[in-house]
Amino acid sequence: MLRLEKRPSPSRFWQGATPVLAVVLTMIAGGLMFAALGKNPFEAIRTIFWDPLFNAQFASYSRPQLLVKAGPLILIAIGLSLGFRAGIWNIGAEGQYIMGALFGAGVGLAFYPADHWFIFPLMVVAGAFGGWIWAMIPAVLKTKFNTNEILVSLLMVYIAQNFLSSMSLGLLRNPEGGGFPGSRNLSQYPAASNPELIAGTGLHWGVIAAFMAVIAAYILLQRHILGFHIKLAGQAPRAARYAGVNPTGLVVLCMGISGALAGLAGLFEVSGPAGQISIDFNVGYGFTAIIVAFLGRLNPIGILLAGLLMALTYIGGELAQFMLGLPAAAIQAFQGMLLFFLLAVDLLSNYRIRFATKKEAL
Amino acid sequence: MFGGIDPALLISALMVASVPIILAAIGELVVERAGVLNLGVEGMMIMGAVCGFIVSVQSGSAVLGFVGGALGGAAMALIFGVLTQFLLANQVASGLALTLFGLGLSSLMGQSFVGIRPPATGAVPFGPLADIPFFGRVLFSHDWVVYLSIASVAATWWMLKATRTGLILRAVGESHDAAHALGYKVRRIRMLAILFGGAMAGLGGAYISMVRVPQWTDGITSGAGWIALAIVVFAAWRPWRALVGAYLFGGISVLQLNLQAAGARIPVEYLSMSPYLITILVLVIMSSGKGKAALNAPASLGQNFHASR
Amino acid sequence: MTRPELLRVEGVTKAYPGVVANSDVSFAISEGEIHALLGENGAGKSTLVKMIYGLVKPDSGRMTLRGAAYTPAEPRAARASGVAMVFQHFSLFEALNVAENVALGMENPPPMKELASRIRQVSADYGLPLDPNRMVGDLSAGERQRVEIVRCLLQDPKLLIMDEPTSVLTPQEVEILFRTLRQLSAEGTAILYISHKLEEIRTLCDEATILRRGKVVATCTPRDRSAREMAELMIGATLTPPERAGGTKGATALEVVDLSVASPIPFGTSLKNVSFRVAKGEVLGIAGVAGNGQDELLLALSGEVRAAQGAVKIDGAGVGHTGPNDRRALGLVAAPEERLGHAAAPDMSLVENALLSGALRKGLTTRGFIDWTATEAFAAGIVKDFDVRTPGTHVAARALSGGNLQKFVVGRELSQTPSVIVINQPTWGVDAAAAASIRQAILDRAAGGAAVVVISQDLDELLEIADTFAALNEGRLTQPRPVAGLTIDEIGLMMGGAHGMEVAHHGH
Repeated sequence: MLRLEKRPSPSRFWQGATPVLAVVLTMIAGGLMFAALGKNPFEAIRTIFWDPLFNAQFASYSRPQLLVKAGPLILIAIGLSLGFRAGIWNIGAEGQYIMGALFGAGVGLAFYPADHWFIFPLMVVAGAFGGWIWAMIPAVLKTKFNTNEILVSLLMVYIAQNFLSSMSLGLLRNPEGGGFPGSRNLSQYPAASNPELIAGTGLHWGVIAAFMAVIAAYILLQRHILGFHIKLAGQAPRAARYAGVNPTGLVVLCMGISGALAGLAGLFEVSGPAGQISIDFNVGYGFTAIIVAFLGRLNPIGILLAGLLMALTYIGGELAQFMLGLPAAAIQAFQGMLLFFLLAVDLLSNYRIRFATKKEAL
Repeated sequence: MFGGIDPALLISALMVASVPIILAAIGELVVERAGVLNLGVEGMMIMGAVCGFIVSVQSGSAVLGFVGGALGGAAMALIFGVLTQFLLANQVASGLALTLFGLGLSSLMGQSFVGIRPPATGAVPFGPLADIPFFGRVLFSHDWVVYLSIASVAATWWMLKATRTGLILRAVGESHDAAHALGYKVRRIRMLAILFGGAMAGLGGAYISMVRVPQWTDGITSGAGWIALAIVVFAAWRPWRALVGAYLFGGISVLQLNLQAAGARIPVEYLSMSPYLITILVLVIMSSGKGKAALNAPASLGQNFHASR
Repeated sequence: MTRPELLRVEGVTKAYPGVVANSDVSFAISEGEIHALLGENGAGKSTLVKMIYGLVKPDSGRMTLRGAAYTPAEPRAARASGVAMVFQHFSLFEALNVAENVALGMENPPPMKELASRIRQVSADYGLPLDPNRMVGDLSAGERQRVEIVRCLLQDPKLLIMDEPTSVLTPQEVEILFRTLRQLSAEGTAILYISHKLEEIRTLCDEATILRRGKVVATCTPRDRSAREMAELMIGATLTPPERAGGTKGATALEVVDLSVASPIPFGTSLKNVSFRVAKGEVLGIAGVAGNGQDELLLALSGEVRAAQGAVKIDGAGVGHTGPNDRRALGLVAAPEERLGHAAAPDMSLVENALLSGALRKGLTTRGFIDWTATEAFAAGIVKDFDVRTPGTHVAARALSGGNLQKFVVGRELSQTPSVIVINQPTWGVDAAAAASIRQAILDRAAGGAAVVVISQDLDELLEIADTFAALNEGRLTQPRPVAGLTIDEIGLMMGGAHGMEVAHHGH
């Protein structure tokens, strides 16, 4: 019989090793799932994890996509990780991402077709504001009325989605679009577009923002008292109050940062890779970023790596869909599975598993 | 505003519309009373929806479909239970994982079932009772799951209030340490509650795909699970209040659908966001007022139990 | 008169990773005997009774109950064999009522109505009045203990285990409890009485088994031994009481005026019009039974709970409306009762825990950026100065034993050159040697001119270190009085007497 025994101090080895172990376990379980779908599991895993980067035929297209997909995931996950560390659960990043895109694109389109240097910077500010204000709703409701931020932030996603379709059918619809839903294409409006900065890399302003967020979060958590207070509030809320942390301020701060970063991600996406506001503009980055945050163990460097890995599963998934006819939903299930395994093996960093020799009451 | 809408039809429609929420909310209520916060209701519901749909289409039997839905939800709950009760994973994160995984897996499983109609779940034959004006329509014209949902509220209320099982369940949710000290098997009791919650959510999901819609589309539950979670808070963990909350919500959904159909001046998108808005509003009202609802919350809600010595 | 033997424990051993909780423990109890299990915190008393109650299984050794092998697999089996236990902590449900709590501790409880009337009857018979319909969260600590005792009595136990029962009672309530226990003993019920309080064991118990570090070091008849003899057996060394320098009192450093705050804790006790003043060099001891507002008083003094500006004054400046760091800046440090989770973050290292409250007064941050080198030096200094036994400063706080962590927490606060010190339960769950060194450190700071408030449930401790004495009772504080000349009866009355139990009379 197995028995769990709490470690005196968390194991540093397992803290680093659990995400790797989780990825390996997910590949095995995912392989079984692909086999159940009638695909060759080894081929499927290779198509997802290897071919996008190293297959001569696809790599030239796929490699730049890695940064394009990883950028928003990392940007959102960094914001979420701060809140998760503090025990503040913003799970509505998808809605904040939509609102950031709507606010940012709205500002850009308002200037159409003028050409000023300040249009794009203004859109960036508006995008961050859109995400921030959407996250402030659950934050303020929590601090003023003690409302559960998990439920409110999530319900706000559905509201944002309806708002998005209303906007792409109404106010922001392209007047020259022949009545089709969707806005003007911002990538064809230079003053408001977020182009690929170095050809063939996929690098755009959103990716640079993501890298900057990683560095800022790293410094905040390692070197600054505010980062210390964030960690403290999550691990021991009463000790945090004793240390002088103001819980209300922390909720507003963490929700605000995560909302603003999600809004930025939305703005960079709509002005760059997506190009326009449309009914199906959002593709679930806000939810996948939750997995990225956990896979990176809420650590900025870990999130950087996890974001790249998760981006790979998106690109590889598309490739597998195209090459092997693997359903798109299989990748979503695969990503969900990864989170399960991660949570399951996380136990190893705080507990030892012992094989009890005798019958032992737990 | 009620212009062309028959109140009897409206009430009867809202009773049907709220069935999935009632079932899922009652399941989650029991889980939370045992001190466990399972945020994966949406994932369990959608797995119930797809499993119920597949089983009913394959077997041609609606009843078997509901059994399949309950089993699908319970299977998801089993994963959650193992993660949180045995592997001591964070309950919030595990619940989210359940939802993300459920959305992906259900869409994978449902692929070849798009565009098919499931076998009908017929109304219970009440004979002449159904012909009573107004009450016949409101009370005696539904399928059996509607009555089951109401019965489950009554049974849960009775179980929590008057039985020893209910007392033990509440005790475990109140203080797992005290329950453990008295020799109760905290993990086993919580595990059973989690499985019950999963089965109920699965039933609710199956009702959406087999009766409410009735066909399969991706993401068919569209947030019903989250609304069920909100209803539990609204109900302050009391079964009858969960029924009231679900009917309130059902009433709003039916009304906004009717307004959409009647071609009201308000754009469709704003009507379809109204149920979510109202849910948030209700949460705010319930949570404020010096934490009246918070006082009723089970004291060990969301905390993991590990008997150290 | 020799009474038939009830329970015999022979050579019982139980090891946990890193500790041997019980090693070859043997003793026996006769029917109707009141048997003391005496030992310091961590001596293995709790593990031993958990084995008798079926919560833990011994690694080796055997137990017999009335001559037959006794191996309870779970508490249910123990209860079926006539063994009942009154816990020190963690066995009541605050949001359930008395009858429901009692029912949960019984195998086959009668219907609620019948149970309620039986609770009324039994509690009256034994002089422990109790209303079955009241919510347990609303009861005082003494009343909660009655719930546990009544729950046991309803099952006609042959052996009643009591774990530190008097730590939550006033002296008057202790008297009533002892009368009940003697009545039970006279009726033939054996009682296994766990305590580290020597005087009460000498008044109550027939026999005593003394444990030290998991081993039986002596068995004796307490009435024939002096408290000092037993203390030395229990501790294994002679202790020197702390030295007091007859310090001179200075000006008022901390003043509390008409402080009233609502409790932030569910089922907590609100503070009502608390007033006192503490001078430089003075130690004010605040006594009271658990749950009478101690936690709330600490929160209100540390700044975790805010009050009116003028309700708390440090050196004359009103700070009632400010938070912990503003008060730290003025020289007030506080050490809460709960070490893990409140005074320290369990999963953080000692270095991080040193930063937790020391950042401000030790100047460990500049413009918010943390100076980790200085923080490490601060943590290492605490470990050295206060003799904290730890492999290093990078281990998690939860890895330390209770006593060592308490030394670290108290050391962290005392190392910040405070002018006002507030400590709740400075030596709770700490072994005698560590407790003595903590008390000495507190007295040294007072001698150096700090104003000290010690909140404690241990009367002996307060009488040892305090200059003035007050008691909290249902959120109200009595007028502070000089310790010199106080009698134990006066102290008991200050603590609220028997909390309305004076009317209780014994049925037999």
